[in-house]
Amino acid sequence: MASTKGIWKIITASSLGTLIEWYDFYIFGSLATVIASQFFPKTNPTAALLSTLGTFAAGFVVRPFGALVFGRLGDLIGRKYTFLLTLIIMGSSTFAIGLVPRYETIGFAAPLIVLCLRLLQGLALGGEYGGAATYVAEHAPDHRRGYYTSWIQTTATLGLFISLGVILLTRHLLDSDLSKSIAKFNDWGWRIPFFISIILVIVSVYIRLRMQESPLFAKLKTEGKTSVNPLKESFTHKLNLKMVLLALFGAVMGQGVVWYTGQFYAQSFIENVCKIDFDQSRTILIWAILFATPFFVVFGNWSDKIGRKWVMIAGMFLAVISYRFLFSQLMDISDTKNKMEIAERKEVKTAISPIVNSPNSIRTMLTNTFFDDGTMLSESKKDTLYSSGNMTFKPELKISKTLGTGGYWKMVLIVFVMILYVTMVYGPIAAFLVELFPTKIRYTSMSLPYHIGNGIFGGLTPFIATLLTTIYVNNKLAGLTYPIIIAGLCMIVGTVYISNKIDPNLND
Amino acid sequence: MNFLKRILGLLWILLAPVSIYYLISTAGSEISKKPVIDTKIQWGVFIVVFIPIAIGFVIFGYYAVKGEYDQK
Repeated sequence: MASTKGIWKIITASSLGTLIEWYDFYIFGSLATVIASQFFPKTNPTAALLSTLGTFAAGFVVRPFGALVFGRLGDLIGRKYTFLLTLIIMGSSTFAIGLVPRYETIGFAAPLIVLCLRLLQGLALGGEYGGAATYVAEHAPDHRRGYYTSWIQTTATLGLFISLGVILLTRHLLDSDLSKSIAKFNDWGWRIPFFISIILVIVSVYIRLRMQESPLFAKLKTEGKTSVNPLKESFTHKLNLKMVLLALFGAVMGQGVVWYTGQFYAQSFIENVCKIDFDQSRTILIWAILFATPFFVVFGNWSDKIGRKWVMIAGMFLAVISYRFLFSQLMDISDTKNKMEIAERKEVKTAISPIVNSPNSIRTMLTNTFFDDGTMLSESKKDTLYSSGNMTFKPELKISKTLGTGGYWKMVLIVFVMILYVTMVYGPIAAFLVELFPTKIRYTSMSLPYHIGNGIFGGLTPFIATLLTTIYVNNKLAGLTYPIIIAGLCMIVGTVYISNKIDPNLND
Repeated sequence: MNFLKRILGLLWILLAPVSIYYLISTAGSEISKKPVIDTKIQWGVFIVVFIPIAIGFVIFGYYAVKGEYDQK
């Protein structure tokens, strides 16, 4: 049994690096719209193609390849140097994205460079998590493995939390006038969150350089028992392959969709379906994350006592049965038809501006409607007034709602519940995965199912869910079909096939 | 429980090709409705990514049928 001496140093050093990697990965996603406008003009078809690839798939789809490349390296040369390498790759590519000149300056090279850097980010992330989880687990005492590895599990959510916080702060602090600050942010300020990454990475690399190799791996290396070909051993030997498949279909694919539904699709749903404004839709998530994060450790710790299986299965079960209800509650809270309008406070502002070198004008009409619960509905309608007297057939309409205090906190509570499910499925999973595989191929074997489950099944959740809503346009909850089916299927597989036994010894 | 594991294995073997058939037919119908680059890439990525996963699910089902996951 490993001693707990120095374990907090190990957890801090591992978690800090992993947190930074998640931060780096998520700022790109959170700034996808701004980045697209800077690098991927829709007028150029090739740039548009790269945009779709870059913002949609690249980062997530290459993660399993990163798992293979760096997992193999981690089982050959060691955990410490491999996850040091992934951290440097991630930090450098993130910093470099902040430096890339825009499309107007260097043309087609700009989107190409950004796409390549995004691919590097995905590869690095694919190698990072398995290393950090393995490293901590191999230092942790057997009876508290769930508890100690759960600290690593907080990093993905905290990385998202910090990325949202940094983006919101930067967006607000560039000028005392908010609209000017947002304009500056969209112009050049979006680069700041990318630059911040390099400072974090330098600190983390310094800390990680002072760490020792995992004792279990060091022992294997001294004895000359490390794997010669981890990929072959992991995926061609039936004994390991069947465990890789069990990990993927019985645990990680369900965890992935629950993770991305609770933290990404929920935010996208609040912003795009409920039409809650940019800042509120993000602060709702920030508060929910803040309140829910300690539960990763609670459930990780609990899994040491009752086993990993039922904690994860319970999280998936609750998600499957309650998602539709929770998302319909989000719609109800934001629905202004359920609220009493304060007619005397209604504001209507109209501005007409002439179009240069044209006899026509643009008319912008802003209507603010206030409701008794503090909600404000802003409708901005823009149309063209033709000199002939006609108006635009289909005016551009933008709707944004700002919730009152009660509605705001109700949404925080709902998102908190969804993130609570995330903590149930995700808190114990590192311990569960490391216990499935032997030391000499652990990094490779656990990384691949994790990144297929989390990166592909999970990472594609917002895209697939949004796509489903475009197919079934009359059903705003249609997007939930995907996470409900995947989590339900995973729950059945996990319940029937996974053992609840905690591996008493990782040294195999 | 071991019997259930094996029987369900058959279901997994059948479920994987059915899912892929559904995915490809939906992709075809969506692309023909809106044949723009974004739609093609999105559905193309789904097909390329999920076919190997479905093959993995068939192998998982096969192992289950063969009793590889039986409790000894």
